Amino acid sequence: MDAPANPVALRAEPVRDDALLRATRRRALLSRLLAHGALILGVLIVAFPIYMTLVGSTHDAGTIGRGDVPLVPGAHTVENYATAWNEGGGRSQTTPASTMLVNSLIMAVAIALGKIAISILSAYAVVFFSFPGRMLAFWAIFITLMLPVEVRIIPTFQVIVDLNLGNTWPGLVIPLIASATATLLFRQFFLTIPDEFVEAAKIDGAGPVRFLRDVVLPLSLTNIAALFVILFIYGWNQYLWPLLIINDRSMETIVVGLSKMIGRGDAQNEWNTIMATAVLALLPPVLVVALMQRWFVRGLTETEK
Amino acid sequence: MATLSLRDVKKSFNATQVLHGIDLEVNDGELVVIVGASGCGKSTLLRIVAGLETPTSGQVVINGRDVTGLEPADRDIAMVFQNYALYPHMTVFGNMAYGLKIRGMARDEIARRVQAAAEILGIGPLLDRKPKQLSGGQRQRVAMGRAIVREPALFLFDEPLSNLDAKLRVQMRAEIRRLQRRLGVTSLFVTHDQVEAMTLGDRLVVMNAGRPAQVAPPMEIFSRPADTYVAGFIGSPAMNFIPASLDQGNGSARLPDGTLIPFADGPRPGTAGTPITLGLRPEHLEPGDGPGSIPLAVELIEPLGSETVVHGRTPAGMAVTARLNGAFSGERLPVRIAPAHLHVFDADTGRRLDPA
Repeated sequence: MDAPANPVALRAEPVRDDALLRATRRRALLSRLLAHGALILGVLIVAFPIYMTLVGSTHDAGTIGRGDVPLVPGAHTVENYATAWNEGGGRSQTTPASTMLVNSLIMAVAIALGKIAISILSAYAVVFFSFPGRMLAFWAIFITLMLPVEVRIIPTFQVIVDLNLGNTWPGLVIPLIASATATLLFRQFFLTIPDEFVEAAKIDGAGPVRFLRDVVLPLSLTNIAALFVILFIYGWNQYLWPLLIINDRSMETIVVGLSKMIGRGDAQNEWNTIMATAVLALLPPVLVVALMQRWFVRGLTETEK
Repeated sequence: MATLSLRDVKKSFNATQVLHGIDLEVNDGELVVIVGASGCGKSTLLRIVAGLETPTSGQVVINGRDVTGLEPADRDIAMVFQNYALYPHMTVFGNMAYGLKIRGMARDEIARRVQAAAEILGIGPLLDRKPKQLSGGQRQRVAMGRAIVREPALFLFDEPLSNLDAKLRVQMRAEIRRLQRRLGVTSLFVTHDQVEAMTLGDRLVVMNAGRPAQVAPPMEIFSRPADTYVAGFIGSPAMNFIPASLDQGNGSARLPDGTLIPFADGPRPGTAGTPITLGLRPEHLEPGDGPGSIPLAVELIEPLGSETVVHGRTPAGMAVTARLNGAFSGERLPVRIAPAHLHVFDADTGRRLDPA
């Protein structure tokens, strides 16, 4: 090329606006600092109490009892956790943390799986079938979202006691299973499944149950996983209902048991054991989130089609 | 192999009637294309044949068996959807085999059929892939494969090419035609694309507002359109329509400006002075000066390579399109109307007027 196509562009040196460039860099740096500052502050606020609990669970009862707030780990880690695991804390009432963890696990898994099963079925009915009163059914489910559990807890308690289900696993789990939130989420997901899949399945000769099993469920896997995480934690954190319905100490869940350890009145609390139990109570939800994080994020953000 | 007949099929959605009594006979091995603008009821008609919609009245008869009340799965049909409707979590093999599996067919028979179909379509190496890993054309083939393995009496195509890019569409169009010929399966094909309709169909059903405006082989539709709707819909660029009236013992048309155009093929029925519509395809306007030629003021020139489409206006202000061979440039284009290619329609009803 001996003759440049555009001689003007070749000749003129591009002008650099140094002042503007510097200002832009400064702004970018400032916004990065601000963002990180806010995030670090947030992490500190959330993490500090947990750190205190962790440290507290490594000292002996006396240290915390004196009113000190230790910030470095102590030397009684193993014995504190062993006590919590095998005997439980608190002065008069003792259920070992191991038993309570198992109880909580049973309850949380049963609630999560039950909620998923029920809400998939009801969302499937509301989305894929047309029957008289379909919208009525949907709204009836939806409206129960507005009612907190506490509002209906007395009638529910009455029903469960009348059915002789007090102090039983079904009595503990079943009232917590009906879930408007999960039904709504599944409904929204099912609505994104193209009509053509339904029609193709009809032509293929797949009935409603087959279509649910072969097409809808496989497509919902990520959503199911995401919901499982949320519902497991919801189940794990149940307090009021297990407190009411379970009197048998061997069926006590860890969230309830933990609060019962903290005595009222003059008795001195064994804070070291309580904190060890708290740390133990924290672990399963953390584990579930950590293990299922990949699925969890995918299920909430991405729709696979 | 099979025949399909529709007998006075009507469909209303609440108060809106979308199909006003469709009668259609599809012969064994024939490919009939239903073509029309969106909202003309063509997809509804196909879905009624498939059993995905229930007709308000009328009958669907496949191979002499009234299937109107039957489920889609029991009608011995296969359907190719516009967006292919491949199950995303199943492999290509799984997608093609699913319908057979539900039918309880033996495993090795399923494998044999899927292999055979995959070979016909050239998708053998793709059988283990998921739909997400396929290109548009490959997905299209898998959707066809899913229909083929069923070995149905009737293929139904619901605009299967409209999600492909232009080049692939042309290629798949030819492929579908070859395949349909080879398998000899009676087919119903819905499209809004007139080129697709013309090239694919043994016969065309041109739908207009829930009624079949004309049912005929493609070339007959092109050369003898039954009314102004069909005339304007089929052919690109669209036919020019010029208002006129009968004159000279109905042997000529008189244009509003007084020009007389004699009919080449004889007088039309009707009384003198009856208003008519003349139809003339853009390629039948011959450029050239002389007596009876119309000077067009050129407004837009669209060069297409081998030919040029010229949009212009007559001195009376009417928009006219002409298609010329080769290139063209200029401000003025005198054109002559070739009487041999003239279509004559009744101005009121839009129906074609043939020589008495």
